[in-house]
Amino acid sequence: MNDSFIQINGISKHFGNVKAVDDVSFQIKEGEFFSLLGPSGCGKTTLLRLLAGFEYPTSGNLLLDGSDITALPPDKRPTNMVFQNYAIFPHINVEKNVQFGLRKLGLTNDEIIKRVKDVLSLVKLEGYEERYSSQLSGGQRQRVALARALVRQPKVLLLDEPLGALDKKLRDEMQLELRTLQKEIGITFVFVTHDQQEAISMSDRVAVMSEGKIQQMSSPNELYKNPQNIFVSDFIGETNFLKAKTESKDGEYINVNIEDLGSFKIKNNLNISENASDVICSVRPETMMIDKEKSDWDICLEGKIKQTSYLGEMTKFYVETKEIEKIITVSSQYFDNQSFQDGKCFISINLNDISLLNKK
Amino acid sequence: MLQVWKSFYARSDPAKAYSLLSPALILVTLAMLIPLGLMLSFSFFTQVSFTEIDYSFTVQRYIDFFQKNLLVSLLIKSVKISFIVTFVTLLTAYPVCYYIAFYVKKNKMLWLVLLTLPFWTSYLLRVFSWKIILGTKGVINSSLINAGLLSEPLTFLMYSETAVIITLTHAWAAFALLPLYVSLDKIDFSLIEAARDLGLSRLETFWKITLPLSLPGIIGAILIIFIPTVGDYVTPALLGGTDGRMLSNMIQAYFGKVNNLPLGAASATIMLITVAIVTIIVSYTTKKLTQRIS
Repeated sequence: MNDSFIQINGISKHFGNVKAVDDVSFQIKEGEFFSLLGPSGCGKTTLLRLLAGFEYPTSGNLLLDGSDITALPPDKRPTNMVFQNYAIFPHINVEKNVQFGLRKLGLTNDEIIKRVKDVLSLVKLEGYEERYSSQLSGGQRQRVALARALVRQPKVLLLDEPLGALDKKLRDEMQLELRTLQKEIGITFVFVTHDQQEAISMSDRVAVMSEGKIQQMSSPNELYKNPQNIFVSDFIGETNFLKAKTESKDGEYINVNIEDLGSFKIKNNLNISENASDVICSVRPETMMIDKEKSDWDICLEGKIKQTSYLGEMTKFYVETKEIEKIITVSSQYFDNQSFQDGKCFISINLNDISLLNKK
Repeated sequence: MLQVWKSFYARSDPAKAYSLLSPALILVTLAMLIPLGLMLSFSFFTQVSFTEIDYSFTVQRYIDFFQKNLLVSLLIKSVKISFIVTFVTLLTAYPVCYYIAFYVKKNKMLWLVLLTLPFWTSYLLRVFSWKIILGTKGVINSSLINAGLLSEPLTFLMYSETAVIITLTHAWAAFALLPLYVSLDKIDFSLIEAARDLGLSRLETFWKITLPLSLPGIIGAILIIFIPTVGDYVTPALLGGTDGRMLSNMIQAYFGKVNNLPLGAASATIMLITVAIVTIIVSYTTKKLTQRIS
């Protein structure tokens, strides 16, 4: 496997004064399911369009499998794209849509027929050859778009929020299917999404983008458990932020003074050595415990429940405490919105579950 | 009684539809169907003398039409001129619409309004201004002569078929812009990107995707230009001379100074049928043709 199958070297793309992509460099491995994740306007789609050839970078270059593709037009690149709105040609049927990209590959008629048949069975669309786009459901259109791109056997498949228009149930199904499909055919997938759950559940690696820059690039687990800055921590899942100041480094640990709570010794996951620097402590809602009684955990605070939201498999509590100014979010699978009649509760935090974040 | 009518009206969609359509229906009946019926019936009569018409039924006027070489050749010429005008208009309007639909990001409406600006002046004025441009002492000829490129003025520019074609093309271009623009603007740009992504060059993408998808607009533009230009008589009367005369000028003469109402009516009916047939054939073949290339 080639670890630098796609090389993105110092790519910038400016639209007027807007830096949609701002000096981004990274590499994508061969056969990897790679996701670009970020809020709308973060530059993820622009980056994908640069890979597809619909935009040309203001500076930097792109290498695919060792050759420079920076200046190649889309029809000369060994990439294919699944569009957000699927872009199925409305004036030709499913079969012709899928055949569309094969005309220029110099295949014999028999090969074309075989490839179309194979790819339609791969995406489970046999029997739909004669249909037109307007006669298909959202999920079926998505499969046609996938088949049309895969039939050309591209080196890289680019997917631009392909699941965004589907309802939740179908989206979950397609997530699993896409993932299975990708492992089966082994093509490199570059997947753009704003849905963090989608990116985390499908990808081998995720690059979180914001304001045209990569904020963090790592495996989904690493991203969730060890976010490098506030943006990533906030964007991936939900969390509580507490202001703190570092006091002294102590081996793999560090003493920090958390605002309103006092001094604690926690894991120094950022490897900070300076004293008295401002940091942020992040605590995930599901790592905390809420109970009616006091606990013997490292930190235990008495609080009052201001608001709850019942989600079925768990309940979120928004708790006000005397010590901390901000409302703390805690989630629980054990208690629900009917458990605390008087709103009085105790929330407990384990020091192991506090992680340090860079202020930026 | 009123109550019964009210509840009937509330429940009946056809009743609502017809009451909404009634102003248009009345107008069409009075201003179109009755005159058309009158014209059709006149085409079966005979002009006996200058003031007298024999009202007995005959198809002789239709036979007369096809026996007069002049009328048949004028009909063919009318259709030919219209075809050329339609073709040239499409060829000039399409790229403009393509540009506005895909490359203009802001103020598309302003572009369209500016393009149709010349058409806010009267049709007659525009025809006359072409006289100033194309005439023997007009803008084109005098500047070419002054530049020493010509010693005598170009005569084919004025009072000719060319003059009629140029003027009609300019006069009807605005009407082609709108249907073409609407159909091009409706095309999702990601379809064009998808075709490029699937290995087609720009030109191939145009033939396989853009052109077939803009077909409704093309057919619309063809009909909107072809139908009125076949029957136009102002431009050929003012700029056509003898060479650029069209069938409509003859029809006008039959209803006017020649005073042969039945033959005029028969010519008009034949023209109507010809336009209908040509329209059907053109739309059908355009559709088939684009289906083949996609």
